[in-house]
Amino acid sequence: MAAPALAKPPVLDKAKGEKCVEETSVMRKRHMDFLKHQRDDTVHGGIRGAKHSLAGCVECHANARDGAVLGSSQHFCQGCHEYAAVKLDCFDCHTSHTKSAQASQKRGVPR
Amino acid sequence: MIPVDESRRKFLGTTAAAAGALALGPGVMLYSYAEAKAGSGAGERTIRWGMLVDTTKCASGCTACVDACNTEHNIAPAKLPTDVQWIRKVELKDERTGAVHSMPVMCQHCAEPPCVDVCPTGASFKRADGIVMVDRHTCIGCRYCMMACPYKARSFVHEPTTNKSSVAPRGKGCVESCTMCVHRVDKGGTPACVEACSDAGHRAIIFGDLNDPNSEIAKRVKAATTTQLRADLRTDNGVRYQGL
Amino acid sequence: MAATPRPAPPANLFPTAGVEPRGFWALAIAAAVVLLLALGAFHYLEEVGHVATGMGNEVVWGLPHVFAIFLIVTASGALNVASVSSVFGVKAYKPGAALSALLALALLVGGLMILVLDLGRPERLVVAATHYNFKSIFAWNMILYNGFLAIVAVYAVMSLERRWQKISAPVGVLAFVWRIILTTGTGSIFGFLIARPGYASAVIAPLFIALSLAWGMAVFILVKEAVCHWYGVPVSEEMRVRLRRLLGIFVATGLYLAAVHHLTNLYWARQTEFERFFLLDGGLYTVLFWGGFVLLGSVVPLLLTLLPRFNSPRALLWACWAVVEGAFAFLYSFIIAGQAFPMDLFPGYEVRSGFRDGVVAPYLPRLPEFLLGMGGVALAFLVALVAIRLFKVVPRDEMPAVEVK
Repeated sequence: MAAPALAKPPVLDKAKGEKCVEETSVMRKRHMDFLKHQRDDTVHGGIRGAKHSLAGCVECHANARDGAVLGSSQHFCQGCHEYAAVKLDCFDCHTSHTKSAQASQKRGVPR
Repeated sequence: MIPVDESRRKFLGTTAAAAGALALGPGVMLYSYAEAKAGSGAGERTIRWGMLVDTTKCASGCTACVDACNTEHNIAPAKLPTDVQWIRKVELKDERTGAVHSMPVMCQHCAEPPCVDVCPTGASFKRADGIVMVDRHTCIGCRYCMMACPYKARSFVHEPTTNKSSVAPRGKGCVESCTMCVHRVDKGGTPACVEACSDAGHRAIIFGDLNDPNSEIAKRVKAATTTQLRADLRTDNGVRYQGL
Repeated sequence: MAATPRPAPPANLFPTAGVEPRGFWALAIAAAVVLLLALGAFHYLEEVGHVATGMGNEVVWGLPHVFAIFLIVTASGALNVASVSSVFGVKAYKPGAALSALLALALLVGGLMILVLDLGRPERLVVAATHYNFKSIFAWNMILYNGFLAIVAVYAVMSLERRWQKISAPVGVLAFVWRIILTTGTGSIFGFLIARPGYASAVIAPLFIALSLAWGMAVFILVKEAVCHWYGVPVSEEMRVRLRRLLGIFVATGLYLAAVHHLTNLYWARQTEFERFFLLDGGLYTVLFWGGFVLLGSVVPLLLTLLPRFNSPRALLWACWAVVEGAFAFLYSFIIAGQAFPMDLFPGYEVRSGFRDGVVAPYLPRLPEFLLGMGGVALAFLVALVAIRLFKVVPRDEMPAVEVK
């Protein structure tokens, strides 16, 4: 994962849909807070289907070809996190692929 | 900041529930969260999810429940001591009479879970509906819960995971165990092992709310003698066994 | 001793002044190399996971924890001399107080490093610092470790600075109380594990305290003799006799409580299976317990310390060495066997499963976990080495004639 040499804003995959669950400026600053808040609600409270979900991010922001948010500096999550030099560990455990991409990916032995 | 949110939620929840109960009359309770779409089982303080394993129906050599669990959570079949296993089949032979039993053993979802008591960060926790799980976001991988669990129900993820599942996010360095398929239960479904056992024609595992007197599991537990594993420890398990 | 406007010290008051200890750099580099190897092992485990160790889903705590718990328990015991000096006011122990405190700090830091590096998600240490489950004895231990470091650090500074030595006693008392609680906590990590027949017992906490007294005393004597030898400072024979006697008493106490632990287990029918395994059929664990802990770690040092015919500096060093060897044998058998022995979920049944139910779990340590453990020892060694040289922490025993005051 080589970081770009210059601090030029990254060119990222375009998202599906018209707008995000919050204003773009708000999301840029606070998406991690939203995710964390909902994650606690879901894991501890069993509240599912609320709007600030990581799977939701992936569904809209995935690359049109491979259905992933990771893979290159153009992929949405990876590209921006590289640019901002912030470690991204959501996908150590969570899938970085959309549901449909996963379905087609699931040919090999599951692990 | 989970504890803060929790207590606040509990307080709000109790107040709302009391107000609702007053307004709606006995027997009718509404419980909802501002952002939630799907009804949440965890919020219902009266629910206690449990399982009943009928060892007289469980077939020796059948591993339908184990296989279903592995598929559901993207777990490779366990071979080595470092491999993850959430549910296992155990074959028993009575030392005196020679009688044999076969049955699955998984997280027993104790009411007084030792794993929750010992967890330094509170990552090991019990939901309000009795399901015991690990919050992988706060698990530091110390494995003390595995030392404390009387049922050998927990596994440590010893290797990086690939091909991640959307229903069961899991990764290296955390402890995990049976979640009673919480992702299904929260949507009104049944755990994968229960479904698989039924599909295999055994119906040896039933799932339901132990606190609901009208549920099948509650009726069965009331009618027949059931046992909790290591009842001497008084952990009050949510998984019960019949015919043992 | 020294008045506030300090007169020029007589030459013999600082016999270590200008003494350049031989081999300092060689020792420091050797320790640093071991430490680097441990960090390499840690990095390797971060990459591939704990699959590279011998630990698994049954034996979840292995060799790293043997090293870590040795260092943590010994850290508490290394404070013995400081305690005797400050709490019980025995003047003869005062020159050793600073070394005692520094050694305690170094050992604890080494032990904690192992525990942290062995975590599955060590980068989440901040989570451990911000999310406390107060019902967890492990969470309590984190508070106890940090408190110990803080209190003993203050005590160490006070005992190094002449002006503050007079008022160091209350801090010494606090450190003494804290170390007793600390080791109670360490023992209770195991004692509270109700499901495991090898651990669940209230005796574990006092047993660990007794063991800490013995192990800490042994390590302190070894370090003290080395440091005095290094700086060419004579050790008083009177002091040797005192420490020797204390060591003997502590070893006897540890052995006694270990006996109580196993005897109480033997009394209950449901625990006898485990005791049969541990004391008779456990293979390596049985050998380590009887040969390592009881014989080498307890009987030998008892003979060497309590029989007058072995009253020699060399015999004392051998006794200390035997105690340390016995400590590792004890911890290995205690920690590993307690996990390897299968838990009895179905009393009265023969059990079989694809998950090794009913069989003794295998454990064979591998290189990365050994390196992790050695890294903790190396860190403790390095911290002690640098601190001793930096602050010239050389206990100069006062001769009996000087002691009376």
